[in-house]
Amino acid sequence: MHPLKFRPARLAEIARKNRQDILEAGVSRRELIRLGLLTGSGCLIPVRGLSARASCEAGACQPGCSPPTDPFVDPLPIPAVLPERPLTDPGFRIAPAAQPSGQPEDARAEPHQFRDRFPPQQFFISRMRPNPAFRFSESPANLARIPAQTIWGFNLGGASPGDVATTPGPTIVSRYGTPIVVRRFNELVPDDTGFGRTEVSTHLHNFHSGPDSDGGPCDPVFTRFFGTGQFYDYFYTMARAGFDTAEFRASNGDIRETLGTLWYHDHRVDHTAENTYKGLAGFHYVFNEFDTGNENTGFRFPSFPQFDVPLFLADKLFTPEGQICFDPFGFDGIVGDKFVVNGRMQPFFEVQKRRYRFRVLAGGPSRFYQLFLTNPDNPDQSIPFWLIANDGNLLPRPVELTSTRLGVAERMDVIVDFRKIWDRFGHPRRIWLENRLEQVNGRAPTDRILPPGNPANAVLEFRLAGPDIVADGSFDPEPVSYPHVPCGPDDCVFAPICLPRLPSDTAAAPTDRIRLTRSFRFDRTNGQWAVNDRLMDCTRFRFTVQRNTAERWILRNSSGGWQHPLHIHLEEFRIIRRNGRAVSCGDPEFSRKDVLRLGFNDEVEVVTRFRDFRGGYPMHCHNTVHEDHQMMLLWQIQDTGDNLTEP
Amino acid sequence: MAITRRDLLAALAVAPMTSALTARATPADRSAAQPRLSGRERIRRQHLPNVALTAHTGARLMFYDDLVKDKKVIINFMYAKCAGICPPVTMNLTRVQKLLGDRVGRDIFMYSITLKPAEDTVEALRDYAVEHQTGPGWWFLTGSPPDVEHLRRALGFTYADPVEDADTSNHIGMLRYGVEPLTRWAACPGMANPAHIVRSILWDLD
Repeated sequence: MHPLKFRPARLAEIARKNRQDILEAGVSRRELIRLGLLTGSGCLIPVRGLSARASCEAGACQPGCSPPTDPFVDPLPIPAVLPERPLTDPGFRIAPAAQPSGQPEDARAEPHQFRDRFPPQQFFISRMRPNPAFRFSESPANLARIPAQTIWGFNLGGASPGDVATTPGPTIVSRYGTPIVVRRFNELVPDDTGFGRTEVSTHLHNFHSGPDSDGGPCDPVFTRFFGTGQFYDYFYTMARAGFDTAEFRASNGDIRETLGTLWYHDHRVDHTAENTYKGLAGFHYVFNEFDTGNENTGFRFPSFPQFDVPLFLADKLFTPEGQICFDPFGFDGIVGDKFVVNGRMQPFFEVQKRRYRFRVLAGGPSRFYQLFLTNPDNPDQSIPFWLIANDGNLLPRPVELTSTRLGVAERMDVIVDFRKIWDRFGHPRRIWLENRLEQVNGRAPTDRILPPGNPANAVLEFRLAGPDIVADGSFDPEPVSYPHVPCGPDDCVFAPICLPRLPSDTAAAPTDRIRLTRSFRFDRTNGQWAVNDRLMDCTRFRFTVQRNTAERWILRNSSGGWQHPLHIHLEEFRIIRRNGRAVSCGDPEFSRKDVLRLGFNDEVEVVTRFRDFRGGYPMHCHNTVHEDHQMMLLWQIQDTGDNLTEP
Repeated sequence: MAITRRDLLAALAVAPMTSALTARATPADRSAAQPRLSGRERIRRQHLPNVALTAHTGARLMFYDDLVKDKKVIINFMYAKCAGICPPVTMNLTRVQKLLGDRVGRDIFMYSITLKPAEDTVEALRDYAVEHQTGPGWWFLTGSPPDVEHLRRALGFTYADPVEDADTSNHIGMLRYGVEPLTRWAACPGMANPAHIVRSILWDLD
């Protein structure tokens, strides 16, 4: 298969179009030949955008230069579940400061907020390590092109070298009501791959964490990233937002603020893109008494782990010699030409003819996705699926879709019913999860939807197998989904996990009243990211939010031809308006969110509460290359807030 | 996609294209023919060209061999007559140099490369350095226009939009800093708070 994302017919068409454009621009045929863009026979070399860097010399790290590989030859790997460990595990012995060197050192310099109130009941260890023999494919043909090589990952917590790190790392599974500590060791070492920073800070995106355990990038006082030979204890209350407010203290938080699908990833300031790209990321599921992981109880979502499957989508670049590469001098972002799901290139996944829950994550560094289910033998079919959660937050009513957009770090929980697909779409034996959004650079997608049925765009092939009738105790979202059922603002199919009350300008309770409206204009000045004309500063907070209040933020993209998936740490927000238009029921964004896509010239209004914790958090672009070029600001939450409306 | 003659020639003027595109081998040939490059070598080839430069002191220096190899460096682009962001960035960098103290010139080196090599002669850059009271270990560099342009592109001080890129007065106000032997590279805005710049730089250079 050719690595370029076009079939030969389309390539020829592009080449013809380019040639015509060039001739119209008044460049002679001789000039073109001299410049190497036209071959003797008159065929234009198919170089997208006529980039002068489109040659694939040794070590080239750009789209179109990865070696060709065969798709759908590897089974989809499912990350292991991180095992719980007893406190007698040697990994929990904290080395006293006086111990001889060589002992791991505790990097944490501040107490865990609310740890006394929520004593940890479960303990986990994971070690960040190099894996020097990681395979993006097991097939001999692919391995000849892309050999086993070094990535970074997380292991299952064991100290022995045999406990190998993988990417994605193990899935952490926890439950509301059971507070946990995850001790993360940094055992990374420098290598000769050309990228990867051996200091780390692990963010649990977007758990309601104290700044001590948020794994944020930087802070005026605390340095929360840590180096090789150190560890850091991350404490998660496993309580819902609002647990330290008058209204929800007794219930340990507002049940409507339940989170489900989270992911952890490195957040080392200025190096998040390369470290996450190199593998430092994984899933973290949170179950509860309703979303139980068992299809015979609660909301009866497909059972974990067999039918509740994470899909970590990533796109990578390899040099022509088959080495994963990262361009640390790039500013726009990185768009890979190899799709990797759960660590394998374009894998296949054998499914039974029943319902599955897929937790789909756009893992970055820069790519947006528009995902479709495609029957490759009949690509014009429009195959539905059901969205049940956006960014891990259950929707008030499932929404039937035939495609969904994801920006970096967004998660979509979808129910795919292979039994219905089998019955309704002519017994297909394979179905692709296909990304049809064209994106040719890291700045933004073109927003053009590519034609269906191109294997280069298939991130994953589902293979329908087994008997036609199989047991399926899971909930069928179709009969209650929008638009089969009209939606309403007070919908709550998954009661009691309904949408929380929206804060308003007139509410009586401080946590329900919008105390302040702040505006943020995302712009570039001399090619540098600015927010309200000011640059990133790790030495000070831009503004202070008053604890246990709500605010309205207006976010504007004034950066020209760029799109940005913006992420706000601490609490989920609600998108109220996009470009003046109210986001209403039936819209996938009629949901709690923690990432919002800021499209070309968009103006988006969000409302958020800021509860429970004190301290500093960032808001940043989750195109991690933009983030590492400091498209970020720091804010803090304290008992008294300021009134800066354009901070 | 409408391409103007100007866009095209601007895009092509960029880099040593010669026969690279037509000589493009099939991927299979490449894998078979070429040994793997280390990350450091790959970055050297693609981003750290060994072009000849002249410093404001008159010293003749090769960019990779003399200025970057095995060093901790801070790099930006400017020009002496720039009235836009150059004065504040240079002012910022003098503060950064003070905050870094005698490490500049000892184990950290600062390079300000001109965007207008034709007008920024050694004398012009020397006057600029004197005027801004820069200390030792901070080099103002010029060279032949094609070499300097090659260097600017290799170091990523470019806009994707050729029109935007052609506007020198709006040039990229970034500082690139790194530790060459460790392939550790990062960037921050040159106009940022100097305390933030120094903190970011030392997080990576130390």
